[in-house]
Amino acid sequence: MPRPHYVAAIDQGTTSSRCIVFDEAGNIISVAQREHRQIFPRPGWVEHDADEIWQAVRGLLGEAVSGAGIENAQIAALGITNQRETTVLWDRETGRPVCNAIVWQDTRTDALTRALAEHEGLFKERAGLPLATYFSGPKIRWLLDEIPGLRERAERGEVLFGTMDSWLLWNLTGRHITDVTNASRTMLMDIHTLGWDDELLAAMGVPGAMLPEIRPSAEVYGRTSGGVPVASALGDQQAALFGQTCFAPGETKSTYGSGSFLLMNTGHEPVVSKHGLLTTVGYQIGSGPATYALEGAIAVTGSLVQWLRDNLGLISSAAEIETLAKTVDDNGGCYFVPAFSGLFAPHWRSDARGVIAGLTGFVNKGHLARAVLEATAWQTREVVDAMNADSGLDLTTLRADGGMTADNLLMQTLADVLAVPVIRPMVAETTALGAAYAAGLATGYWPDVESLRANWHKAAEWRPAIGEAVREREYRNWKKAVARTLGWVEQDEGSRP
Amino acid sequence: MGETIQSVERAAAILRLLASGPRQLGVAELAKALGLPKGTLHGILRTLVRVGFVEQDLATGKYRLGATLLHLGSSYLDVNELRTRSINWADALAGRSRESAWIGTLHEGHVLVIHHVFRPDDSMQTLQVGTYLPTHASALGKVLLAHDPYGEAPAAPLRAYTKATLTDPKALETELDQVRARGWAAEREELTEGEVAIAAPIKDARGIVVGAIGIRGAVERLAPDGALHMEYVSYVRDAARAITRALAR
Repeated sequence: MPRPHYVAAIDQGTTSSRCIVFDEAGNIISVAQREHRQIFPRPGWVEHDADEIWQAVRGLLGEAVSGAGIENAQIAALGITNQRETTVLWDRETGRPVCNAIVWQDTRTDALTRALAEHEGLFKERAGLPLATYFSGPKIRWLLDEIPGLRERAERGEVLFGTMDSWLLWNLTGRHITDVTNASRTMLMDIHTLGWDDELLAAMGVPGAMLPEIRPSAEVYGRTSGGVPVASALGDQQAALFGQTCFAPGETKSTYGSGSFLLMNTGHEPVVSKHGLLTTVGYQIGSGPATYALEGAIAVTGSLVQWLRDNLGLISSAAEIETLAKTVDDNGGCYFVPAFSGLFAPHWRSDARGVIAGLTGFVNKGHLARAVLEATAWQTREVVDAMNADSGLDLTTLRADGGMTADNLLMQTLADVLAVPVIRPMVAETTALGAAYAAGLATGYWPDVESLRANWHKAAEWRPAIGEAVREREYRNWKKAVARTLGWVEQDEGSRP
Repeated sequence: MGETIQSVERAAAILRLLASGPRQLGVAELAKALGLPKGTLHGILRTLVRVGFVEQDLATGKYRLGATLLHLGSSYLDVNELRTRSINWADALAGRSRESAWIGTLHEGHVLVIHHVFRPDDSMQTLQVGTYLPTHASALGKVLLAHDPYGEAPAAPLRAYTKATLTDPKALETELDQVRARGWAAEREELTEGEVAIAAPIKDARGIVVGAIGIRGAVERLAPDGALHMEYVSYVRDAARAITRALAR
């Protein structure tokens, strides 16, 4: 009897790296995980040691394979998905990073992005992105400006740039490549031609010699030392879109992790948002055309729960937020807008900072826990409203995934504030699943996207349970709280925490 | 109230003193504070060290509160934490068995459903998280009763939900012995006619059963010829073991 084959995916995330092995039906067979350090050299700065991450990742496949009780030869394909925008620079000769990686949350490029304001129209039009500290381009520019001699070496092609996908592909296959979804987050790629753009490079001040070759999201890039074909790379949110099988225009997913990200498939044409959403590449399978997506990025959702745990000590694990929130029936009039590093979609206001509004002597920690969960729901509502306005379609159900979907109260609150049913798919780990799907398609493990659709099943559903009057009153209060966050940081202190 | 036991009172006084500040205390200091002879204190301290409530610093010989005591109040596993740590394996169980998956814990004599994964056939189903199942008439309940550290039997009379429900406490006790012996429980049309369920225990890092995971489905699928298909039992036990491993990390 032939031994069964599986597909594995490496999910290189912000706080940990994982390898998950899936079977043909998309079920999880085994999981291996290793955390890496978060390096905070100064307020607002967040770094990773790329070497440490590679050392963690290199052992994961073997660990997941043996955990499943199988052998390397039974892995038909390996996919990669990664934290996006995080910027690694390394020496072509030695293969070693020249400095710590700058993580997507890092806000050190605040002044730099403001100085690029004259090019704002160009970036929006050609790269599909607003000027923000979030993306890779400003991070590369900052490093080239700050580290002596680096720009000259980058111009000679001795120092290479890559996002985490590139860094892992370089180490796994020896090639300097990136996938089109990750490239679409640099502010350096023309979203229409899917190539590096000379004008964008000139505006950002980044030499083309240091950039990786842009490849489709799914094709066989090479093989691991153990002989497993490495066959996909997608940014984490695009991978989740693919894992949720959002293959048709209008199909939308929302992933709840440290931050939250709604992506809507918009088909083969990039749609430029008028309501604060990003235009991004969703995926490109082999030589097929690229599929685009509109993206609503929310910076702080799950990380607000961690803040409640780590900075206030009100709970001892993230899951306990639900227990604490259930000690009360409502928010007690309190609203929490977690604009810790400004507000992302749909506001894009770097001058905003967090507020807790509506405090009275009545409010207790249970109400605060409710407000924390509701903050995720209302931020989602704002992005859904923007998406409905941009697409001209009304969202009819929300397909939610990610770690926070284990929180039943959050899922119910989402249904209540969105006034549509919220559905959790059978595999909450859609990020890794999406990378596995893309890799399995590239190697023929799955014949076509229809066979992937057949794997999608509803695991749970929450239906709206509050009245329209309550919903409108609460939304009004939320908006008042948001208004109070704006304009907190003044220009001359913009770089301060 | 009846009379109190002096040595328990003295032990409590020692613990209160050790908890009153960050300082470690020596026998002499404790003796002075409590007005007791050192010899009396030695015996109580030795006992407290043995049960892990107090630790002795090997370098200084002084005493401080022990890790076991510190964990007493916080060792309870939050049900939302249990759901979070189980979710991937419950999904995989539903995916492989093609049946709905359930996780339950004991709550005031009932099974509280803390997680529910729909049967993956995209039919209309309603989320049952937060509802209760009877302990004696469900597979989840039998697992939880069989491993209940307090060993409390469900209150008689045992209600009959169907003709097959176990209503005789002796028969239930025999069944629970079997559950303990083989490590899983079955329920054959004992709650709802036409439905069969299987469950296995989830243990925490100390080996204590903190919940049960199982599947529920039509008798035609899970036990088509009267006997349970063991394939389903192994799916359930695999999931329970995977979660137990995850909780040990």
